Amino acid sequence: MNDVAPCAPRTAQTYKSAYKPIWCPGCGDYSVLSSVTKALAMLDLPPEDVVVVSGIGCSSRIPAYTNCYGFHGVHGRSLAAATGLKVARPDLTVLVAGGDGDGYSIGGNHFLHACRRNVDLTYIVMDNHVYGMTKGQPSPTTEPDWDSKLSPGGTKLRVFHPLVVALASGANFIARAFSGDPNGTADILAQAIRHPGFSFVEILSPCVTFRPEQREWKTQVRPAPVEPTTDASRAARRLMTDDGFNIGVLYAGDRPVCPLAPAEPRSRVEDLEAEFAL
Amino acid sequence: MNAAMQAAGTTIEYEPPRNLAEFMSLALAMESEAAQRYAELADAMEMANNVEVAELFRRMANIETGHARAVMAQMHWREYVPRGSPFSEGPETPGEDAVHYLMQPYHALELALACEERAERFYADLAAAVEDAEVREAARGLEAEEREHVALVRAWLARAEKPAENWADDPDPPRYVD
Amino acid sequence: MDMPVGTEERAAASAPSRRASPVASSSLSIAIAGSGGSGVMTAGMLLLEAAAKAGLYGLMVRTSGPQIRGGEAAALVRLAHRPVAALGDAFDLLVAVDWQNVHRFADEIPLCENSVIVGDAGEGDTPDVFRASGARVVPLPLKKIAKSIPGSWINMVALGLAGALSGLSAAVLEAALRQSWKRDDAGLAANLEALRAGIAAASQVDAFPTLGAAKPARGTRWLLSGNEAAGYGALCGGVRFVAAYPITPATELLEWMAPALAKVGGTLVQAEDELASVNMIIGASYGGVPSLTATAGPGLALMTEGIGLAVASETPIVVVDVMRGGPSTGIPAKSEQSDLSFAVSGLHGDAPHLVVAPTSIGDCLATTQWAVHLAEALQAPALVLSDQFMGQSRAIVDEPAQSTWVARRLTATANVPDYKRYRDTESGISPMAIPGTPGVVYTADGLEHTEGGIPSSQARDHARQLDKRLRKLVLHDYGEMWADREGSGERAIITFGSAASPVREALRRLRERGTHVRLIALRLLAPLSQERFDEALAGVSQVLVAEQNHGAQLYRYLRAMIDLPGKPRSFHRPGPLPLRPGELADAILAWSTR
Repeated sequence: MNDVAPCAPRTAQTYKSAYKPIWCPGCGDYSVLSSVTKALAMLDLPPEDVVVVSGIGCSSRIPAYTNCYGFHGVHGRSLAAATGLKVARPDLTVLVAGGDGDGYSIGGNHFLHACRRNVDLTYIVMDNHVYGMTKGQPSPTTEPDWDSKLSPGGTKLRVFHPLVVALASGANFIARAFSGDPNGTADILAQAIRHPGFSFVEILSPCVTFRPEQREWKTQVRPAPVEPTTDASRAARRLMTDDGFNIGVLYAGDRPVCPLAPAEPRSRVEDLEAEFAL
Repeated sequence: MNAAMQAAGTTIEYEPPRNLAEFMSLALAMESEAAQRYAELADAMEMANNVEVAELFRRMANIETGHARAVMAQMHWREYVPRGSPFSEGPETPGEDAVHYLMQPYHALELALACEERAERFYADLAAAVEDAEVREAARGLEAEEREHVALVRAWLARAEKPAENWADDPDPPRYVD
Repeated sequence: MDMPVGTEERAAASAPSRRASPVASSSLSIAIAGSGGSGVMTAGMLLLEAAAKAGLYGLMVRTSGPQIRGGEAAALVRLAHRPVAALGDAFDLLVAVDWQNVHRFADEIPLCENSVIVGDAGEGDTPDVFRASGARVVPLPLKKIAKSIPGSWINMVALGLAGALSGLSAAVLEAALRQSWKRDDAGLAANLEALRAGIAAASQVDAFPTLGAAKPARGTRWLLSGNEAAGYGALCGGVRFVAAYPITPATELLEWMAPALAKVGGTLVQAEDELASVNMIIGASYGGVPSLTATAGPGLALMTEGIGLAVASETPIVVVDVMRGGPSTGIPAKSEQSDLSFAVSGLHGDAPHLVVAPTSIGDCLATTQWAVHLAEALQAPALVLSDQFMGQSRAIVDEPAQSTWVARRLTATANVPDYKRYRDTESGISPMAIPGTPGVVYTADGLEHTEGGIPSSQARDHARQLDKRLRKLVLHDYGEMWADREGSGERAIITFGSAASPVREALRRLRERGTHVRLIALRLLAPLSQERFDEALAGVSQVLVAEQNHGAQLYRYLRAMIDLPGKPRSFHRPGPLPLRPGELADAILAWSTR
């Protein structure tokens, strides 16, 4: 992982580490990894200036599979760690990656506030509507009647609508992608990384082990029949009537980006003593 | 025909009571609501160590409770059965936000006076608007009582010390609690 | 449960003595109490500031009812010719601008027969609970005095009275008021007049033992709270990122840091909860920026998973826990040293980390600065156990000595061959690559990992990384900072945190009476070292452990970790009442003569 010469032309391969993913064969996350590396190559970012931050879950294993800096933290808190990192080090490109359980359940509160805060992050959720790493429990995006050992007969709960929540909470860029379309996904990711503020990309990424029926997603997805909008109320109508299979950039806003960043020091630390000295 | 209640610069139209029972039920709701609010304000003032104003609100709560009891006695009602009020808050009820923790008796009396005056006007307007003679008479009766209160509170107010200009000054900042 | 605690100490612990020892003549304790709106806290602050101008030392502790506005409140001020860091045993003067609910502070304002109570006769009778002390009651018409001066506040009358009785000149009192005044000129004039009226009224309290004039102070002195001191210490140590979630009594630390960080080129983010704040500082520190958050027990509980992540990923962070009464929401605005057990052993897994505690209000600066240094040097989380007493009280202290503790992290240079983030080095410390550095990229992980940072569940990797993470803390040379050690003798008292100040004062009193007991006020609570204790306790035959909590947490922790000489005993009692020097002196005397 250390053998990339600083000036070599950067390809997707530049951003792939030597470590082999532990994902199941057929898992959508392989394609997402590929799309992430392609997007980084499209943007030609030095890998050492990119950090991939994640939580816990199958998809959260992704940082080590890239040749970027990585932070594999605790369950649900990736957005918080990434926020601290980006505010303290605005020079870095910070991607946050994880799954639906990590992001929408245990990390749900951070999701709301990361959208609100609009720090310049790109949040990639590989959504497979299931907790895969713990072997098949329903997540917030699982259909209400999906039977499982933990919730026999289904949760009977309404599914969480991450894109609507993101829009209502203030995310500045909202897109849906499909892992079965790696080039399209790479393109969306590149746009998301370029877009200022908090960019949210929900990627439908099938779990072939616990949700084999998701293999059919490839027949269900379609390009969104609309152009990206900067109008949040139009985006809201679009997202509220969406069946979950429209792929593309659905909202690209122009909200002011979170202004938090280290400023040039105006005084020395010792100067602060003046307020204590008698 | 609709009656109208003047409150906070707006006019609220409502369907007037059709008979004495309906009217007294409305009066009871109003008096009880005012009594309850005065009691709440007294509690809040006690919590803020503003004893003088707390006592004054407590006295007002007792007066309004007395009214409510009188209405029940007159109607031979044994228990208070609340009737929906057409108002979000009755004309005699002081607003929850009309207080300050450092307010002085003078302010409390000004507040009470405004409420009593509103009540007097309410009964007067209602008496003018209703067709039922029994209701009209009852409304006139309550109007007269409220007028007495207005005079009483005015007298108290005349004796109350006027607050200093800096009555709301608190040198200390609010406190951290939890 | 078998309580390993001496019966005498237990009796003292369950019923703190209200019997007041004679007040030390070199200090004066003054309580100014009343209901919200009367401005007693402002009066207390100005009294302390005036005393500072007069060359005195002192501190002010705040106490108040649960109301945000209007509730009863008291400023507890102690003034002295030499530095004081604890409240005294009894108050010499209680000035009550009203009596509404001031009786609720009876336990916090102990009086004795030498005390003087100044109350307003027009505001009702002095409560029995204060009269019972035998204190002299001097009624003065404070309210009437204030009313006679339109636009003035009653607290200024109280300030003039308390200031004059303390022996402070009109000049310093007026200067303190002028300096703090932020409103209109007319108000200042009125309040200066009220102040003077209060000074004049002091002549009606005769035979009051005023403090003599202070010797001119030799060096510069500072006036600050423990929370401010900790914030400033953090900046001196190099902290440039703070994530903040408000919680009493840590909020002021964070609020002090917000503008201060902006001035020195740092940033503060208000987090959505403590789960976020701890992970934010981990993220920022991973990016190479020394980072801190501050909280209290409930917040620390939420942060523990994150602190464990900092242990495993070897990310330096500093978490200041300004302790308050627990468990659960507990007693938010009162002090207690009851998070100790949790701080030293509350993480899941074998998770070695640093726990330090300031030993006084002023020491919050050096200890927090040291914590930043340790966290950065050892790439580990450091918890700083401050508490409400130290955090929210203000004290006049000698200007702290400049310390050299700064953040110095061992980092990796670009393109070093065969870089392994978690290399098992001799010291246990391995160079940390900072994002942006080419050729040494790695993934930090909370999963157990290989030296290279790749997740691993192999027994060998686990043992190696566990050893590494422990070794780096154990091998570090903590120097003399690990404890404040004073005195000599065959007996030693071990304490920590805010308990250290009253213990120190108790020992000084005992020394004056010919009883010599060693003091070991621990600054480093984790990791502990048998060798350091052996050295500090050489020649000691008996040990008493003193602390402010119900469970004898330090005592139990030391018994578990360290071989102590003789039959160790415990003196402990919970908050919210502060440990008092006299109570400790009595307990130490009883123990040391056994």
